[in-house]
Amino acid sequence: MKGFVLAIVFVAVLFLGNSLLTGGLLPGFSVSPYFLQVVSLAGINIILAVSLNLINGFTGQFSIGHAGFMAIGAYVSAYVTAAFGDRIRGALGMLPPTFQNSALLLIALGIGAACAAVAGFLVGVPSLRLRGDYLAIVTLGFGEIIRVFILNIDAVGGARGFSGIPRLANFAWIYLFAGATILVVSRIVRSSFGRTLVAIREDEIAAEAMGVNTTRSKVISFVVSSAMAGVAGGLFAHYLMYVHTNSFTFIKSFEIIIMIVIGGLGSITGSVLGAVLYIVLTEGLRQFAQYRMVLFSLLLIVIMIVRPQGILGHRELWSFFPRRRRVEPVPPAVAG
Amino acid sequence: MKLRVLRAGLLIAAVLSIPIACRRGGGDEILIGEYGSLTGTTATFGQSTNNAIQMAFDEINSAGGLLGKKVRVAVEDDQSKPEEAATAVTKLINQNHVVAMLGEVSSSRSLAAAPICQANNIPMISPSSTNPRVTQVGDYIFRVCFIDPFQAEVGARIAWEILKVKKVAILSDVRNDYSVGLQTFFRQHFKGFGGEIVAEQSYSEGDSDFRAQLTQIKSANPEAIYVPGYYTEVATIARQARELGLSVPLIGGDGWDSPRLWEIGGEALNGCYFSNHYSVDDPAPAVQKFVADFKKRFNQTPDALAALGYDAARILADAMKRAGTTKGDKVRDALLATKDFQGVTGTITINKERNAVKPAVVLKIENGKFVYMTTVKPTGT
Amino acid sequence: MTTFLQQLVNGLSLGSIYALIALGYTMVYGVLRLINFAHGDVYMLGAYAGYYLSRKLKGDEPSLGSALLVMLGAMLTCALIGVVIERFAYRPVRRAARLTLLITAIGVSLFIENTAQLVFGPDPKFFPSLAPRADFHVGGVRLTSEQLTVIAVSFLLMVLLRFFIMKTRTGKAMRAVSFNLDAAKLMGISTDRIIAITFALGSALAAAAGVLIGMQIPKIDPLMGILYGLKAFVAAVLGGIGNVPGAVIGGLLIGTSEVMVVGYLSSTFRDAIAFGILILVLLLRPQGILGRAQKEKV
Repeated sequence: MKGFVLAIVFVAVLFLGNSLLTGGLLPGFSVSPYFLQVVSLAGINIILAVSLNLINGFTGQFSIGHAGFMAIGAYVSAYVTAAFGDRIRGALGMLPPTFQNSALLLIALGIGAACAAVAGFLVGVPSLRLRGDYLAIVTLGFGEIIRVFILNIDAVGGARGFSGIPRLANFAWIYLFAGATILVVSRIVRSSFGRTLVAIREDEIAAEAMGVNTTRSKVISFVVSSAMAGVAGGLFAHYLMYVHTNSFTFIKSFEIIIMIVIGGLGSITGSVLGAVLYIVLTEGLRQFAQYRMVLFSLLLIVIMIVRPQGILGHRELWSFFPRRRRVEPVPPAVAG
Repeated sequence: MKLRVLRAGLLIAAVLSIPIACRRGGGDEILIGEYGSLTGTTATFGQSTNNAIQMAFDEINSAGGLLGKKVRVAVEDDQSKPEEAATAVTKLINQNHVVAMLGEVSSSRSLAAAPICQANNIPMISPSSTNPRVTQVGDYIFRVCFIDPFQAEVGARIAWEILKVKKVAILSDVRNDYSVGLQTFFRQHFKGFGGEIVAEQSYSEGDSDFRAQLTQIKSANPEAIYVPGYYTEVATIARQARELGLSVPLIGGDGWDSPRLWEIGGEALNGCYFSNHYSVDDPAPAVQKFVADFKKRFNQTPDALAALGYDAARILADAMKRAGTTKGDKVRDALLATKDFQGVTGTITINKERNAVKPAVVLKIENGKFVYMTTVKPTGT
Repeated sequence: MTTFLQQLVNGLSLGSIYALIALGYTMVYGVLRLINFAHGDVYMLGAYAGYYLSRKLKGDEPSLGSALLVMLGAMLTCALIGVVIERFAYRPVRRAARLTLLITAIGVSLFIENTAQLVFGPDPKFFPSLAPRADFHVGGVRLTSEQLTVIAVSFLLMVLLRFFIMKTRTGKAMRAVSFNLDAAKLMGISTDRIIAITFALGSALAAAAGVLIGMQIPKIDPLMGILYGLKAFVAAVLGGIGNVPGAVIGGLLIGTSEVMVVGYLSSTFRDAIAFGILILVLLLRPQGILGRAQKEKV
C-alpha cells in the first residue's frame, strides 16, 4: 500500500515538474529547453544503461548489441503511431486529447517493447550458449543485422530515416520509465531470481551444479533487458520526432557499455551515474568543437586507468554512507 | 578506499566545472547558428561547409557588417549523428539565442533539426540537404541546393539525350539518403524516357572495395552507369570499374564536385559526366573570386558543399538586409521573396516550397578539367 | 563462369586484406585476451605513414625499391605506435576486469580516429602509386598487379609470422604467454617484453595491410579503419580467435562470401553477411573453425 502511494506521488511530481519546467505552471518561470532536452536524453540513457547492466553487470553476460533492440523499439513504436495513430485515437474518442495521446504512447511503447523482447528471445536463445567474447561478437553481429534489415524496409523510410513522428514523449514520461526501469531491475536483482543471475556471473558451472537452470535465467534476463531497451527506443523516437538507422550503430552500443563501465558494473546507481556523467561529459566538452571527441576519449582512458572498476564498482551509492546502510552490497567479483 | 573515491570525485568535479560557454548575441552583433558534422563519418563535408560559411561572414563583416552590426557564427558539432543534431540545434536556439540557423549537409540530420527550428520560429537554411521532405517540415525551412527529383532528371537527360544510351546500371550508396533519393528518381525519369535499368547495385558509405558490384554490373552490359554518390567513393569506383574492363561512361550529381575527384580517380574518369551547380571554370567574377579567396584562405579548391555553404550564408544575410531586421518571421518572408540572387552556385530564386530554383550545368570530365557542356533549366515551378 | 571467377579473384584480394588485419587481432587476443578495438585504427595509421613516406620519396619513379622502403617504414612506425599504446593505455589496466580493458581499447580507438581527423584532415587523401603497374588477362578474368601484390605479400607475411611463432625462441615465449600468462612469468619469461613484441608485430602487420590497400584503392581517410577493423575482427573470431591459420581462413572466407553475396544475392546485405556467417559458424562450432574448444575447469 505504501509503495502504491509512493508511486502515485512519484508520477504526480513528475508531471507537475514537467509542466513547471516547461513554463506551464508558473508564468514567467521555465527552464531552458536545451537543458530539458539534455536531461531528457540522459533519462533515455539511464533506461538503456540500467537495463544493459542487468545483462552485463548482474548476469555477467557480455552483450554489445543493445542498440539493435533500441532500434526495434524505436521503429516499431514510431510505425504504430504513424500508421495507426489516428485509428487508435478514433477508438479512444471519448477521452480528452491529452489522455488519448498518453494512451497512444503507452500502446506504441508496449508494442515496441514486445517486439524488442521477441527479438531478444530470438537472439538470446541461440547465442547465450556462447561465452565471453564470442557472445559479445555475436550480439554485436545481431545488432548490426537488425540495423541493416531496418535500413532496407521502405515503409519506415530506409536510408531517408523515419520522419513525422508526433512528439508524444516528454521529460515526465521519460523519467517515469527511467524510474520504472530502476525499480524493476533493483527488484529483480534482490529477488531469488536475481541471486541466480549473480550466481551465474560469479561462477556459471557452480551455479549449474547448484541446480540453477542457467540458460533459462540468462534468456529471461536478456529478454527483460531487450524489452527495456525497446521502451527506451520508443521514447527516443517520440521525443526527437525523427529516427534514422545511423543512430543505432554498434557505436551506440559501445556508448551504453561505456556508461555502465564508467559507473561501475553491477551497480544500479552506478549505471545511473554513468549515464548522467556521459551526457555531462559530451555536452560539457561541446565548446571544444573538433577537439571534443579527442578530449572525451582521453578522459575515458584516464578514468579507466585511475578507476578500473568504475566509479562505484559493484557497490551502490548508498553503501558509501555506512550509517544508513540497509542493503547488503553484492560481493565483488574476482578481477581478471 | 576513501582516498580513491575522493580522487574519482575530484575528477568528476573537474569535468563538471568546465565552464559551459554561453555568450549571448548582444546588442552589437548578430548571432547566427550553424550545426554541422565537424567530426564523424562525414566530417569532410561538414568542415568544408563550415569553412565557406565562416569566410562568407568574414567578408560581410569586413564590408561593414549587416544592419550596422557584426555577424558572428556559433558552430556546434553534431558528430554526424541525427540525435546530436537535434541537441546542437536546441542548444544554439536556447543557450546562444541565435536568430537564424544554417545546416546541415545530410538530409537525415536536417530532418532531425528542422522541427526544432520550426517550433521556435527560427529560419533555417540547409546548404545541401537534397531530400524533398526537408523543406516540407514547415515554413521556416529553406534550402539553396537542388532537390533530388530535379537533379535525377538531369542525370537521366545526360544519359538519354547527351550520351544517347538506352541501357543504364545504377550503383548507389544505400546508407545515404542523397544517393538513394537520386537513385529512385533517376530510375523513374529514365524509364519515363523509355530507357532500361539493367542492374541496380549498392554500397555503404566508407566502403572502398566495389569490385563485386562492378563485376556484376559488367555482366549486365550497361551502356552507362549512374553513380549518385560523393566523390569520396566515386573516384575509387571509377578506377575499379576501369580495372575490371568496364569502360562505359559514369554519370553523377553534385556530390562529385571536388578537386579530389580527379586526384584520386585520374584517367579513369575521362569521358564521365555529372550535373553541378556551377563550373569552377565559369568566368563570372563572383565565382572566380570565391574560388581564389577560398584557395588562399584554406589552401584547397572549394568543393560543391563549400560553394553551397557560402551561398546559404549570403542568401541569409541578403534576406536580413532586405527585411531590415533579424526577427524570425520577417526574415522568413524575405527569404521567401528571394529572387534572382546572384550566388556562386548560380542564379537562385526561392519558390513557394522554399526550395532553390536554379539551373543545373552539365560537366564532362576531360583530363582533369570539368568541361562545361550545357545548362538544364528546371521545368515546372 | 567468367563472372564467377572474377568474383572469386575479387573476394580473395579483399579477403587477404582482412586476413592480414585479423592476424593482429588474433595475436593480441592470444596473449592478453583483449579485443583490441584500436587495431583497425593502427591499420589506418599505417596507410597514412605510407602516404607521408612516399610523399617524402617523391620524385623517384615508382620502383620496387621505394615501394619496399615505404612498406618497411610504415611497418616500423606502426610497430612503435603499437608498443606505445600498449605501454601507456593497456598495461595500467591489464590486471583489471576484462570490460575495463575493452573500454580502454574503445577509448584508444576513438582517440586515434579523432586525432587523425584533426591532424590529417577529414578529407580523403590520394595514395601515390608506388610500384610500376600492369594488368593481366587470364581468360575473361582481369587481374591487376596491385591485386596480385596484395595476395602475394599477405601470404608471404603470414608464412613469416607462422615461422616466427613456431620456430623462434621469442615465438615460443609468445605461445607460452598465450597459454598461461602467470605460469609463463614464473618460468622466467619477461611477459611485459613478450606482450610488447606481440603488439609491435601485430601493428606492423596492420601497417602492411594499410599500405597494401592504399596502393590498391588508392584512397585513404581517417575513418577507413572502422569497417575493415570490424570485419577483420569477425574474421579472427570466425577462424578461431588466437589461432593464426584460423585468422587467414576466416579472412578469406569473409572476403569471398561478401563478394559472392553482392554478386549473386543483394548488395544491400553485404555488411550483414559477415555477421550472418559468423553467427552460423559460432552456433555450430562455438570455438571458431580452427579454434580449440577449451574445457572449463571446475
